[in-house]
Amino acid sequence: MPLIEISNVHKRFGDNEVLRGIDLSVESGEVIAIIGRSGSGKSTLLRCINALESYDEGSITVEGRLVERRSRDVRAIRQTVGMVFQSFNLFPHLTAGGNVMLAPRIVQSKARPDVERIARERLAQVGLGEKFESFPSQLSGGQQQRVAIARALATSPKALLCDEITSALDPELVGEVLRVVESLAASGMTMILVTHEMSFARKVCHRLIFMHHGRIHEIGKPQQLFEFPQTPELAQFLSALG
Amino acid sequence: MDQFTTWDIARNLLLATRWTILLSVIAFIGGGIVGFAIMLLRVSDLKALRALSIGYIDILQGTPLLMQLFLCFFGISLIGLEVSPLVAASIALTAYTSAYLAEIWRGCVDAIPKGQREAAESLGFGFIDTLRYVILPQAVRIAVPPTVGFSVQVVKGTALASIIGFVELTKAGTIITNATYKPFLVYGFVAIIYFVLCYPLSVWSRSFERSLRAAH
Repeated sequence: MPLIEISNVHKRFGDNEVLRGIDLSVESGEVIAIIGRSGSGKSTLLRCINALESYDEGSITVEGRLVERRSRDVRAIRQTVGMVFQSFNLFPHLTAGGNVMLAPRIVQSKARPDVERIARERLAQVGLGEKFESFPSQLSGGQQQRVAIARALATSPKALLCDEITSALDPELVGEVLRVVESLAASGMTMILVTHEMSFARKVCHRLIFMHHGRIHEIGKPQQLFEFPQTPELAQFLSALG
Repeated sequence: MDQFTTWDIARNLLLATRWTILLSVIAFIGGGIVGFAIMLLRVSDLKALRALSIGYIDILQGTPLLMQLFLCFFGISLIGLEVSPLVAASIALTAYTSAYLAEIWRGCVDAIPKGQREAAESLGFGFIDTLRYVILPQAVRIAVPPTVGFSVQVVKGTALASIIGFVELTKAGTIITNATYKPFLVYGFVAIIYFVLCYPLSVWSRSFERSLRAAH
């Protein structure tokens, strides 16, 4: 059974149909990059998988459980599928350690010593073991985003959704975040990344999706899509990137 | 009638000030508790609860406090319950305070970036836990200055309770004026006492605001 199964998903914001029938199944361990112009629906698709947005038609399941904003399963699904945001969204009133510990402590009701051990492990995993006591405001953008990744990993999710996680970073800080993502990919974490980092997508991802006008316009091996785009839209998109 | 000395006037006004303080504290604590509940309804995901809280706030903000006092005092006796002026004034001022605090606090909750709520939700937090562990700890910081500022309005608002016969500072001033025929002196004292009660709150509110700005 695929980990995430998306079938004929439609999403409208008023008259604007941003997703027009998305079908996709994601196997455990797969790393998928989604590229496309802004407004093509790629972030919306990601947010639907985590039930941050509702959708109007079709179905999304995670491990066979239907993703629905109002359902009781939502909280369990969100612990299975973590999310990392473009603007980090760290909790500014908590330390890096506090940010990572909050979900295991509150949502999973784990005991304090376990929670702290998990948090230290996760922060070490993103290379910030020594920043446990630092507040987000004391960290650089790249460090903040790595804490956000550690936080998303704290509940031991099976998949991670990354929504343009390097877009808000200064160019010299992008690398440290991508290295963390790369090591996660190598460790077998299932990931869906909305990204503008083409060379990274090419190097790390198993499949590449090009979204256009709310549809999956092209899908395939990154190598293949970059070198032999089948549609003029993808060719144009790639050439515009230079 | 005995002769009132200036000291007698001041002493009696100060004694009555206790009731102004008591009524203010009741209104503020009661209004804080009710207002917090109303604020929770106001920011909830359920439309019916939001509509209910908006109705409550609009009605109380859209009618004079004086009418609310009259309606409490005379209205409750209509259903056969005898209420003292203190009880009626406490209920009316609690309701009045709760409507304003709910709206002030709702503004503070709304001021927390949407991404905070989404980050918490994406970690599996429910509505209550999101508020408790993520939103409120941040909202409280920015809520302190306007809340303390509004407490000044509550203290001054208690003066209206004199109309329904509750002997707080203003009512005491009226009674003493009737006995001494020195309205300027008496009401001058009354005004000074209100000022002494309110001024520290205003200063406190401003210093909180400054420390918040410094923290950013």
